Amino acid sequence: MRWLLLKDLRILGRSPLLVALLVIYPVLVSALIGFALSRGPEKPRVALLNQVAYGTGQIDLGGRSLDTRRIGDDFLRSVDAVTVGSREEARRLVEDGSVLGAIIIPAEVTQRLQSGLQPAVIEVLYNAEDPVKARYLEDLVKSQVQDANAQLTRAFSDVALQYLDLVIRGGRISILGRDANILGLERSEQILRAAQADLPERSPLRAQLEEVIRFADGARNNLTLADEALTSVGSPIRVRTEVVEGGGTPLGSFAVAVAVTVTLMFVTLLLAAGILAIEREENAFLRLVRGLVSRTGLLVEKVGLSAACSLLVALLMLLGLALFVDLELSRAGLWTLALGAGALAFAAMGVAIGAVAREVRAASLLAFMLSLPIAFLALVPSGAVSSGLYTFIRVVSALFPFQPALDAVEAAIGGSEGLGLALAHLAVLTLGFGVLGRLALRRFA
Amino acid sequence: MARPAPARAGGPARAEAAGRPERGAPMLEARDLTKRFGKREALRGVSVSAHRGELVAVMGPNGAGKTTLLSILAGIQRADSGTVSRSSREVGWVPQQPALYGKLTVAENLRLFARLEGAPDVEGTVERMLAQTGLEDRARERVVRLSGGNRQRVNVAIGLVGSPPVLLLDEPGAALDPRQRERLWEFVEALAEEEGTTVLYSTHDVGEAEHHAHQVVVLADGERIFSGSPAELEGAVGDPGGDFEAAFVAFLRERGH
Repeated sequence: MRWLLLKDLRILGRSPLLVALLVIYPVLVSALIGFALSRGPEKPRVALLNQVAYGTGQIDLGGRSLDTRRIGDDFLRSVDAVTVGSREEARRLVEDGSVLGAIIIPAEVTQRLQSGLQPAVIEVLYNAEDPVKARYLEDLVKSQVQDANAQLTRAFSDVALQYLDLVIRGGRISILGRDANILGLERSEQILRAAQADLPERSPLRAQLEEVIRFADGARNNLTLADEALTSVGSPIRVRTEVVEGGGTPLGSFAVAVAVTVTLMFVTLLLAAGILAIEREENAFLRLVRGLVSRTGLLVEKVGLSAACSLLVALLMLLGLALFVDLELSRAGLWTLALGAGALAFAAMGVAIGAVAREVRAASLLAFMLSLPIAFLALVPSGAVSSGLYTFIRVVSALFPFQPALDAVEAAIGGSEGLGLALAHLAVLTLGFGVLGRLALRRFA
Repeated sequence: MARPAPARAGGPARAEAAGRPERGAPMLEARDLTKRFGKREALRGVSVSAHRGELVAVMGPNGAGKTTLLSILAGIQRADSGTVSRSSREVGWVPQQPALYGKLTVAENLRLFARLEGAPDVEGTVERMLAQTGLEDRARERVVRLSGGNRQRVNVAIGLVGSPPVLLLDEPGAALDPRQRERLWEFVEALAEEEGTTVLYSTHDVGEAEHHAHQVVVLADGERIFSGSPAELEGAVGDPGGDFEAAFVAFLRERGH
């Protein structure tokens, strides 16, 4: 078998244009796909649960009236919103991939905003199986929250200024339904000066002094309130997010995983399909299998060679990308494992294609035509299509190596869960496509 | 069905000059071979035997079963029934289309197959094959740049790298011009005569059988309808020493083919 390996390597070495195309083209395609992945869907489906009842969303801040339900209205304009009636329903839709995520505006948001003492919390549930989608939803929520915060900031600023004015000038304030008279720093100063000038020891002006003391206490409290108000002005609405499904791979790592997996797929499929088909095109197949090498041995040689070559290309690409993207080089062993398993599965699929197509050009065309749909199917985001169609797409994707290879590479690079499962999936596909290729070799000559 | 191959009683000049090799135990013997492809019976109880140094031409109209017979003898296909005396590793096979790697040089092709055949002295075998085929000066040339005739010579040489006692040639002269064909047959005849290699070849070219074969096997519709020398074939239609091609056509016509 080693002589066949050496022969194939020599033939590849004497086909520099072919090898260059085989490497450059997938890298370019994967770069374009990676670039495209940095853009989110136009109008994603997002579940919206607004628990603020109609007619109770009005808050009054500094004399200005705001409707908290309009926060939800703003989201409705930015997404393809699916209004849900409960938290459980929102969670279920996210879990089954019907929606990209869910935004929950709790009922107490009005009271919290009205009090100005605690930030209101909006909940966002999203499916992080696809970091692109997760990133998009995060950006969308941040954008909407910023808009809402801008409105509230102005109102809270007014309130804070009123408190500060009260501290400085004095006046009346209503706290917990009771009116209180605030002396103010200016008046306190006047009183203190008078007291300082006239007050002998054990003076009857102690009551005035007591009033000054109360002012000091009140001023401190007012300043505390103003401080909390100013804190709220900084971020009156905060976001608490929860990952319901999938890992937490950063977008940069995910884009790298997609780019490398696409390259791995193209290089391996085209190489494996081509180097098997060339044995027939050169009429050498029958000469080889009539006792010199077994059909299975020939397949193993082609799978091994193409997997090794594409693994090398993918690893070099990954190391090159590590110069620009923050990747943990300490995980290089896992990269190799994931890429190697993916390369073997793609190679097995490639030889099956080569065995079925039987001619180099037909095999290359078939490999190319199968590659793109397989990759794109695996990248269809949940929520982009109906739930039933999404399930169908997931099943179809599972029959080909791209999805598990992407999962494995993503886990190896980004540290998300599921590497073992993806490797097992790839092993099964390697075996399955290997058997398919072996069966197809029966009518290969 | 099988007839014993009678001794050559006369015939074309070259074959006569070479003389039929001495008989002994057959170097290759196939008995009662049958092969079906679905409902079609490609071979029906065909038997063939060839002796050391003998040139055997397998002839017949299209679809007669020539390629199927050679494929079974070469070990590429399995017969549904019947026996072949030698394993595929003991038989050299030269397909009709040269089975060579165009990107490799002549020597690299020979070296690859010598290694795969497990030749004890790979470089010695390569040099011997280059000398035998007269391709020493083309050893470093890539096969894709060779003429059709030279490719066929390399093709034959590869069939011989394992030093097989029996060589099977499938339509060896089909893609060659007359001069290339002549050189090929000079090589093959020398192989049989000097090396004692038994050569069994299929051909559509009646002249190739007439001029080079000691024994002619005629197949039609999967059956062997004749086995004997070219002269005996002519004699079978009552025209010994006449036009061999006419005799062959007449023979087929008389038997309803």
